[in-house]
Amino acid sequence: MKKALAALIRHPSGRIGLFIVGLYLIIAILGAVGLTPHNPLQQFMLDRLKPPSGNFWMGTDLLGRDTMSRLMLGIGQSMIIAFASVAFATLAGTVIGLLAAWWGSLWDGILMRLMDVLLAFPAILLALLIIAIVGPGTLTSVAAIGIVYTPIFARVVRGPALSLKRRDFVDAARTFGSSQRYVLTRHLLLNLVAPLAVQVTLALAWALLTEAGLSFLGLGTQPPTPSLGLMLSESKNLMTQAPWLMIFPALTIMLGILGFNLTGDALRDILDPRTQRRDA
Amino acid sequence: MTKLLSVHDLRVGFGRDPKANEVVKGVSFDLDPGQTLAIVGESGSGKSVTALSVNRLVDFGGGRITGGSILLQRADGTSLDVTKADEKALRPVRGRDIGMIFQEPMTSLNPVHTIGAQIEEAFRLNRDLTGAAARQAALEVLDRVRIPDAKARLAYYPHQLSGGMRQRIMIAMALASSPRLLIADEPTTALDVTVQAQIMALLAELRAETGMAMIFITHDIGLVAGIADTIMVMQQGVAVEQNDTGAVLDHPRHDYTRHLLQAVPHFSAGKAAREDGKRAGGGEPVVRVEDLVVRFPVGKGLFAPKAAVHAVDGVSFDLLPGETLGIVGESGSGKSTTARAILDLVSRQRGQIAAKAGQSKRPIQMVFQDPFASLNPRLNVEALLAEPAIANGQRKDGALRQRMRFLLDRVGLPEDALERFPHQFSGGQRQRLCIARALMLNPDVVVLDEAVSALDVSVQAKVLDLLIDLQQEFGLAYLFISHDMAVVERISHRIAVMFAGQIVEIGDARAVLSDPQHSYTKRLIAAVPAVERRNQHFAVDVTQVPSLVRPAGYEPPPARWREAGADHRVRLEAVP
Amino acid sequence: MSYVVQRLLTFPLILLGVSVLVFVSIRLIPGDAITAMLGTEAGMMTPAQRAALAAYFGIDQPVWSQYLRWLGGLFHGDLGISSIYGKPVLTVILERFPLTLQMALMSMVIALLIGVPLGVLAATRNERPSDLIVRIFAMLGQSTPSFVIGVLIIYVLSVYFGMVPAMGTFTPITVDFWASIGQLIFPAITLGFAFAASVTRIARSAMLDVLSDDYIRTARSKGASPMSVVWHHALPNALIPVVTLSGVEFGYLLGGAVIVEQIFALPGLGRLVLDAITQRDYALVQGSVLFIAFNFLVVNLLVDLAYVALDPRIRLGGR
Repeated sequence: MKKALAALIRHPSGRIGLFIVGLYLIIAILGAVGLTPHNPLQQFMLDRLKPPSGNFWMGTDLLGRDTMSRLMLGIGQSMIIAFASVAFATLAGTVIGLLAAWWGSLWDGILMRLMDVLLAFPAILLALLIIAIVGPGTLTSVAAIGIVYTPIFARVVRGPALSLKRRDFVDAARTFGSSQRYVLTRHLLLNLVAPLAVQVTLALAWALLTEAGLSFLGLGTQPPTPSLGLMLSESKNLMTQAPWLMIFPALTIMLGILGFNLTGDALRDILDPRTQRRDA
Repeated sequence: MTKLLSVHDLRVGFGRDPKANEVVKGVSFDLDPGQTLAIVGESGSGKSVTALSVNRLVDFGGGRITGGSILLQRADGTSLDVTKADEKALRPVRGRDIGMIFQEPMTSLNPVHTIGAQIEEAFRLNRDLTGAAARQAALEVLDRVRIPDAKARLAYYPHQLSGGMRQRIMIAMALASSPRLLIADEPTTALDVTVQAQIMALLAELRAETGMAMIFITHDIGLVAGIADTIMVMQQGVAVEQNDTGAVLDHPRHDYTRHLLQAVPHFSAGKAAREDGKRAGGGEPVVRVEDLVVRFPVGKGLFAPKAAVHAVDGVSFDLLPGETLGIVGESGSGKSTTARAILDLVSRQRGQIAAKAGQSKRPIQMVFQDPFASLNPRLNVEALLAEPAIANGQRKDGALRQRMRFLLDRVGLPEDALERFPHQFSGGQRQRLCIARALMLNPDVVVLDEAVSALDVSVQAKVLDLLIDLQQEFGLAYLFISHDMAVVERISHRIAVMFAGQIVEIGDARAVLSDPQHSYTKRLIAAVPAVERRNQHFAVDVTQVPSLVRPAGYEPPPARWREAGADHRVRLEAVP
Repeated sequence: MSYVVQRLLTFPLILLGVSVLVFVSIRLIPGDAITAMLGTEAGMMTPAQRAALAAYFGIDQPVWSQYLRWLGGLFHGDLGISSIYGKPVLTVILERFPLTLQMALMSMVIALLIGVPLGVLAATRNERPSDLIVRIFAMLGQSTPSFVIGVLIIYVLSVYFGMVPAMGTFTPITVDFWASIGQLIFPAITLGFAFAASVTRIARSAMLDVLSDDYIRTARSKGASPMSVVWHHALPNALIPVVTLSGVEFGYLLGGAVIVEQIFALPGLGRLVLDAITQRDYALVQGSVLFIAFNFLVVNLLVDLAYVALDPRIRLGGR
């Protein structure tokens, strides 16, 4: 774990990615404890639609709310949803993928067909269905994104698990009589950490993107809680008058996704089995 | 006569600072037209890098020539310094003046092009032949390398051919332009012994026909004894000895050369077999295998598979304590499947495997071929050694750790190895770890499936010595599977020869190796390269391995044996 | 061959699974279906009228019987009647599909035309400045959500060019080629941007892998030119991952890009489903989701067939 972090810092794009993610985490925490320049919900009626200034670094919106403070809270929202949904998908997907690979034949077929059914739904539509059933909101977004991403984790885990199953050290374990639980956890799971880590960071990027999309459609986090997608959607009609209302949320979303993508890429480079073969 | 190739003080390095990471440190040699030079060394010696520098292919792998010169005399009489030439000048040289064949025929051919297309490309690039002329040339060269049914093969894809055939095709491509120099980088290392003999014979014949010079890279000094005019021995990037073949083999001057010739296992037709056999004294076998049958269904019939691969077809043998039975065979012989079936890693259709009731619940343990793949890279040595014990109900306590330290010491590894991870050890050390792990449960029998095949020859010798020591100390019985006759000779008391899933000859090692009875055994032994055989010439023989696929329900005729000595049985061959 | 047959057999199974999932989930949406369908008008209906309407749409029956009736209709090509449009569901879907299909195709063409050459270029100039630039572009492209690009494009068009992209109507390509392309070009670019970035990255990484394979070394030792090595020897081997990715993306796009359709006000499949869900048009939701899943599976199958064409090892089996 520590080695991975150190390697990430050494990696040129990993450094940047890690920095952005760290920055966003800090901002999210600041927003959560209320350390924002202004109260994000407060409407400064005298300062509506003002461009960036000394008091309001990123300007204000139609209702006189400080864009920057809202962005900070919005980042927090996005991060919570992203981490929670990915945690769900990772857990569910890994269990399904691992068991499908381990049990093989019939169960593999059944489980992966079930995953295929989920995958045959375009992501947004599946999310829409779930949101329609449960009603829009933060928790729903978490569930929707989590369920949509689960089959992807199952796929990502199943492939490597299948080839690990055939490796000599698993055969060796069988000759000792090691229990299935031992083999699954110590032999398979431990060696799946690498591809999983990469996929988790990429999933986080995708979760951010999807969450923003859902809020853009008005189906994610509901007002008055600020959310990045909603801010962008609201800015559409005021584009010509107040471009800053569009630029800052857009940049914030992009930078967040970029951060996770860069980190994921760097992890992939570091954990590439080719670079791990250090002997002749 | 001017030299064809003149290499002077060649230095090659890798990475961002090649001068600081030199792999070849000042190598010099000359080559006359028509002469064959063998470069012999183990991994890390720099032999491949030297070869790849001659046509500057090393550049594409991240290498840089940091010093020295390579002067090549071209067909038109001009001389070219390869080290200073640019890509444009080098391209016509590659293929036209210098042909090359590589170690892995499986991955050296483009999987999405037919072999006909690939051979014709060689002709197009180097002899300006196109269309029908190129196709005709391809057919001719396929005939020359003895590929049967050449016309049909042109449309084949690489994956449809065997390793030996693929290597022949590589040779055919390299020959397309009648190069003055052929570089062969370990061309037979990945091939079976008999196939290797065929390829070597082919190369010798082609060399005589075309008069081309050859640089032959290998780790097996015995292999080149018959084909090389001069030998250069490399170690750690430096040429430690360089002379005519006869001089190097009969009067080696450098310690390392002597080591390669003497300390390393060489095949000597039974003369080096072990003396401490246990059969004479009688005794209760520690494991007995009877009529082992392993078949894999093939194809998808409507209700039941229509055919099966008969991987193991009725194998029987037994093992006395303290005895080593070596099982030799080539790919497809069924020897590895036999090993795996004994350990229940592969299910068997029939067969009794009776192990003597001993103190251990798992009296048979295994050491695998690839030391890197048989150790979980994420567990440290302590966890790896503890696994068998934990799996059998023992607790991870002081007594267990004591046993670990004891075994680590016996296999020659330091005590602090317990905290380290597999990747921190060399191949030979990892294999020692695997041996220690196999001994944790105090087994009666250890199955070694090509356990030293992936190691360098010097390391092989040490590990074999260790195994023999351990056998004598603990009274272990070994089932030693290998394709390498020299290694088998060194460690076995008895030998079983397997072919197409059946044992064709079994008995005392010395008897089987010095006086082989079955035709396959004779062919196998004749194909093994050895220093003493350097003046023998092999006939080119294109016998293929028979297919093991039989229709469902097929039963082979029962085995009939004859005795050829006190402990020497030969399977009677079917009358053709 | 058995590979393809196997895939064909699981096809209907998955569709069945999808249909069950949709059927059940849309009925889980809370709220009275009639109210959702008709909005405020529903409040003015008598119970008798409601019951009659419920009977007409068949929603008064138990769920499983509704499912079986629907399944039965499926075999006749009858997906039911849309409550929003009052027309057969299949008709409504097929009215919207051409636009979605065309947009998906245009995006893919843009993505491949940009992505493959850029990826190959970057791989051959690995570690050099041009490689870095391509990687940065690809990274940015993948990190930019479609709606950001879409909004940006509209902003640029309206502020700097005074253009307002034609919205709401659609001329199919068969009627007027250039007008059709013109109408969809900006949404296609919006979608194609991220798509192109993905293709670039996968093409680059696949090429890098292939270029370090042994048979490339063999080709060089024969004296093959660098051009030939890259395009004739390497690329055919690198195409498989590119085809996989493009196929999957294309399959998704066939399901309608809801957000982009929203931004550019296009009458596509995505918005159709969104409206159907919000307005509880059961039949339309079921029919359109099934249609989308069907297309997705067909595209997957085509990708598998492409593998067979590209890789002789799959076509002819090993030894």
